[in-house]
Amino acid sequence: MVEATMNYDEAISKFDPVLGLEVHVELGTNTKMFCGCSTVFGAPPNTQVCPVCLGLPGALPALNKIGVESAIRIGLALNCEIAEWCRFARKNYFYPDMPKNFQTSQYDEPIAFEGYLDVEIDTDEGRKTFRVPIERAHMEEDTGKNSHVGGATGRIHGADYSLVDYNRAGIPLIEIVTKPITGTGKYAPEVAKAYVAALRDILRGLGVSDVKMEQGSLRCDVNLSLRETPESKLGTRSETKNVNSLRSVERAVRYEVSRHAARLAAGDTVVQETRHWHEDTGISTSGRAKSDAEDYRYFPEPDLLPIAPSREWVEELRAALPENPAVRRARLVADWGLSEIDMNTVVNSGALDLIVEAVDAGVDPAAARKWWTGELSRIANDRGIELEELPVTPAHLKRLEELISAGSLNDKLARQALEGVIVGEGDIDEIVKARGLAVVSDDGPLLAAIDEALAADPAVAETIKSGKLAAAGSVVGAVMKATRGQADAARVRELLFEKLGVSE
Amino acid sequence: MSDLIRKDASELAGLVSSGEVSAVEVAQAHLDRIAAVDGEVHAFLHVDTEGALVSAAAVDAKVKAGDKLSVLAGVPLGLKDILATNGLPTTCGSRILDGWIPPYDATVVTKLREAGVVILGKTNMDEFAMGSSTEHSAFGPTHNPWDLERIPGGSGGGSSACVSSFEAPLAIGTDTGGSIRQPAAVTGSVGVKPTYGGVSRYGIVALASSLDQAGPCARNVLDTALLHSVIAGHDPMDATSINAPVPDVVAAAKRADIKGMKVGIVKELGGEGYQAGVRSRFEESVALIESLGAEVVEVSCPSFPAALAAYYLILPSEASSNLAKFDGIRFGNRVGDDGSKSVEQVMSETRAAGFGSEVIRRIILGTYALSAGYYDAYYGQAQKVRTLIKQDFDAAFAKVDVLISPTAPTTAFKIGEKLDDPLAMYLNDVATIPVNMAGLPGMSLPIGLAPEDNLPVGLQIIAPAMADDRLYNVGAAIERELLAKWGGPILGMAPELAGA
Repeated sequence: MVEATMNYDEAISKFDPVLGLEVHVELGTNTKMFCGCSTVFGAPPNTQVCPVCLGLPGALPALNKIGVESAIRIGLALNCEIAEWCRFARKNYFYPDMPKNFQTSQYDEPIAFEGYLDVEIDTDEGRKTFRVPIERAHMEEDTGKNSHVGGATGRIHGADYSLVDYNRAGIPLIEIVTKPITGTGKYAPEVAKAYVAALRDILRGLGVSDVKMEQGSLRCDVNLSLRETPESKLGTRSETKNVNSLRSVERAVRYEVSRHAARLAAGDTVVQETRHWHEDTGISTSGRAKSDAEDYRYFPEPDLLPIAPSREWVEELRAALPENPAVRRARLVADWGLSEIDMNTVVNSGALDLIVEAVDAGVDPAAARKWWTGELSRIANDRGIELEELPVTPAHLKRLEELISAGSLNDKLARQALEGVIVGEGDIDEIVKARGLAVVSDDGPLLAAIDEALAADPAVAETIKSGKLAAAGSVVGAVMKATRGQADAARVRELLFEKLGVSE
Repeated sequence: MSDLIRKDASELAGLVSSGEVSAVEVAQAHLDRIAAVDGEVHAFLHVDTEGALVSAAAVDAKVKAGDKLSVLAGVPLGLKDILATNGLPTTCGSRILDGWIPPYDATVVTKLREAGVVILGKTNMDEFAMGSSTEHSAFGPTHNPWDLERIPGGSGGGSSACVSSFEAPLAIGTDTGGSIRQPAAVTGSVGVKPTYGGVSRYGIVALASSLDQAGPCARNVLDTALLHSVIAGHDPMDATSINAPVPDVVAAAKRADIKGMKVGIVKELGGEGYQAGVRSRFEESVALIESLGAEVVEVSCPSFPAALAAYYLILPSEASSNLAKFDGIRFGNRVGDDGSKSVEQVMSETRAAGFGSEVIRRIILGTYALSAGYYDAYYGQAQKVRTLIKQDFDAAFAKVDVLISPTAPTTAFKIGEKLDDPLAMYLNDVATIPVNMAGLPGMSLPIGLAPEDNLPVGLQIIAPAMADDRLYNVGAAIERELLAKWGGPILGMAPELAGA
């Protein structure tokens, strides 16, 4: 059922939104949280399972230390305190995707707590920083995946039958929960999106997850409530599940603000419930009612020992953290002399790390940026692959730039050389040699080609002489064509003007 | 009937390794005994004749090849049906697992197989180890070989009965609140609950994870120690397993010298509520211990009277969660799946039909105790009692080397006698439960028959954590004196079974 909504601007003029974001991150560990099964995505159903992650009678969990280490690193990167002592807990509820009918999670003793993440967004008053308070980051295991076959909704109710794939069961998850985010006003959708984007960049920088929202390795639940004024007490919240793209995070917040506002303005109450986000239609629909009385009967997991990370270990991990992506971005903008808009282009193209690598290898930042956001992005796009998958190394770009500045390659020839790299013809020098790529800088053949071009179009010489220098373009073009692109266009132009006695 | 069945495990191992008797002959003798008497005793739920003979033959091949053998190679054993066995049924005495064949072995089972111990089959138990009489097995009760109308203890009544009826010289039990020690006491056999974490729990179907511990059952202290040494040790598959050397229990059983030791009688475990014959045999043991040069003192553990109540909150709470996985979705029996019902309905019908009344009682109790709003008053409070019990033990062990008490308040009661009175049933474990609450090792040793009913009485010996060897030293010292007094093992006084 589609519910009534209020125009967003009107809604925000009447109410103050309060956000809460819960993000689940699948860690990129080789093995699951409590057993040795592989975590590789996309294997045939139920092939990456064992007695432990299937919850067979008698099986016991054994803790993945890398999972704990990743959780601590995430906590540190989010400015959290790291618990000196914490435990796992069992979250008890019956659902067929959960092998043990309890999830091994953390309850009142999370490994990381009390942090924050600063995010920047564009506002009417320019760029502004919002501090998102983080309540906790805790460890847990993922569930299996149900597929409901038959029925109209793809949900369990009304399905003919259901299949369960337990490959995902037991994959380590970190759940990162914010405190209520207040003070965003009309920017709530942008803050939500910027937070998830910043979190994604941090997690990618830590190398703890592949953070692919479309594959579910980063999943976001959006909690939202409205209140009349920032001084009013918190309103009833809705929890919109599985908002699985950055764009959807923004849209879901916007939609829920409009929906809550319509209800409240009409004198209705907001129902505390779980809602499902529909990426295609851009609306949410009601899921199960979620009352505060929902009882998971949490208690400390007796099959696992408490975790007490030593302060030395925590400090070691802190010292080894990579630079915060936002700080790094600001540094690169300054170092490379870019505008914010140029930097956005770079970041959105997904080429930032590749450009940094090339620059570190000695390539001029402007040139590295030009290649990765231009020609190479086009090629990757045409082939439907990621930039990282192209076989182009910083060394290739470095050699290419050397040849260009030495004048032995021009832009067009350089592109041909890169094409050679991509199809696997060897290194730049081998390709240049094999393909015979070299700028023709000997004036003799160029003059001959100019004569030929002028002879083919007798009127053009007079046109140029009369001062219409732009007409030179057609002659240069003809010469380039005749030399199959290997001429130095600037030299051709010089020679032409010399010959016609014209000066620029 | 072959006299092989009356021999000790250590003696059988010697005969097999020297080639005097083949392991196949030993296994066959025990299989024959089972065929003859288990119709009356019902110690076994599943007898693996073929598997037993195959593993016995493998031991014989090693003997022939002159390979080095473990201390119990070729000795037959009954395995409580709560340990997962690859390719063999594992029911936990429950309908809900009837027909389930695990695809893997428990770590204890792996260790037994590697040691060449011959697994005869799976022994009967109270459903999911909930009970003190084995009457709660979904497959019918086990009978005490001393009196077939009486219970063999529980939950591991199948393991104690197979040992005391000479169907197997050894058995594995599990002990959450007394399920190895109380059956040993009422059948005149020896049973040990090792230190929590001393034996891997991997592959043992969990009742209460923080209390469960597998351990050895046998007819004498040395055999018990040998089996203990085979199954103990650190296991990375069990996070609660202790990574430390196993106490040398075999050496301790051979030492049997308690001169100069300090032994404490737990004031709160005895007296009122304990049967007269149990008390008199216990008092004789105290005198015997003193005569062996040990000093006996009384110690008080003031929190112990609260142990039973706290235990019946912690156990059901953990069990309600541990048993949630039995829903018919991935394994075991499924009930009511006619295509018209929701998954919740099928889970619910499966559980209602698959679990017996005692299991359902404890799941409901535990679910309630963990509920929001009740957690602090019940589970939280029980954990505090647990801490107090540990402190009582710590204080006691600051003064004495081991503690003693009767293992159970009474001798074996009649089948059906306490079935409708859960509280009376729970009281059987009043002396054994504090040991589990503190994670300590405990032994039950036969110390004679109660004069009023001629049924066995057990002495409980308790040691500090990871001092399991003390149990064996003290147990063996007392056993040596009693064997001399009786002129042979106590089980020699048990009546012959009709089938034999």
